[in-house]
Amino acid sequence: MHEMSIAISIVDAVCETARKDGALSVSRIELVIGRLAGIQVESLRFCFSAAAKGTLAEDAVLAVEEPEARGECGDCGSMFPVSFFYAECPFCRSLKIRIVSGEEFIIQSIIIEEGE
Amino acid sequence: MCDTCGCSTEGGAMLRKPGESDYHVHIGDEGHSHEHGHDHGHEGHHHDHQAGRSRKIEVEQDVLLKNNLLAERNRGYFEARNILALNFLSSPGSGKTSLLEKIIPLLRLKHPVAVIEGDQQTTNDADRIHALGVPVIQINTGTGCHLDALMINRAFKELDLQNDSLLCIENVGNLVCPAMFDLGEACKVVVISVTEGDDKPLKYPNMFHEADVCVLNKTDLLDYVDFDPVQCRKNALLINHHLEWFEVSAKTGEGLELLTQWLENRMELP
Repeated sequence: MHEMSIAISIVDAVCETARKDGALSVSRIELVIGRLAGIQVESLRFCFSAAAKGTLAEDAVLAVEEPEARGECGDCGSMFPVSFFYAECPFCRSLKIRIVSGEEFIIQSIIIEEGE
Repeated sequence: MCDTCGCSTEGGAMLRKPGESDYHVHIGDEGHSHEHGHDHGHEGHHHDHQAGRSRKIEVEQDVLLKNNLLAERNRGYFEARNILALNFLSSPGSGKTSLLEKIIPLLRLKHPVAVIEGDQQTTNDADRIHALGVPVIQINTGTGCHLDALMINRAFKELDLQNDSLLCIENVGNLVCPAMFDLGEACKVVVISVTEGDDKPLKYPNMFHEADVCVLNKTDLLDYVDFDPVQCRKNALLINHHLEWFEVSAKTGEGLELLTQWLENRMELP
């Protein structure tokens, strides 16, 4: 259940930014979670609602983009989507694949509500 | 509630030392406050996005930024003092503590060794390491499922770490969560045992992908279990081509020489 401490990290980072900008509340949080980031999005949503209670982000909607992971073949240099850490190059059948994206876990942007 | 001082730290992490029952330090999660900017009921406040009232802020920040920055501070401290920090990871019961009990006496012949133990509760593991006569501190994570960089930062300040030494960090027994949290270590060492399945690297790929070294433990039991070490190694190397692989028995001592040799070589790298 590392999603709980991660949800707390998100709430802390978001509230810090929102407070600096004088927000009354945060209405939307946009996250980018790569398919290989090791995060269960449903579990994160569940924990988020608990972590955000009583904070500026209490009513925020979590918008999650989940980009596919990409690998690069160490033998022929081709790039292609992968669904797992273990992949075979679709072009030359090599197993020497380097994961180049899909492990990102980023708070992309937030929408804050300001006064009248 | 803390059973030593009575303060309220529901689920919070705490440092403890073997043989010092009064010693305990709470590691707070400072910064997570639940104050509210304003007291708005939900009546009449519909968060309707009228022009001029909502504003988008580009944050573009890694979710684990705070942990990663602190981990890099730890790493800088270790590098400056030539301390090789190793993060030992595994599921519960694969023999991390037994392995440490066996390799520490070998390693300390050449370099001072200190240990940070992580468990949800008890100082049992720290007590076992304390019996070896090396400095040790226990982190009890409470309800937490992993160690983080802040806990390590607090813990090593309570240990009298020496220059040119080895710091073994035994993480909470868990093959999932600790994979995500950088502690500032030089190497992640994942331990599996032959009483588990040989497909473990495929089932828990994040951990094996993050690890630098894999130690297969309890090889003395190979005759009694359906575990194929060749297949297991193959599975692990599919996930991570750069994984260093060792097969040992902490009970009989088989294979420990190669492992300690490798760790000593790591120490001596500039």
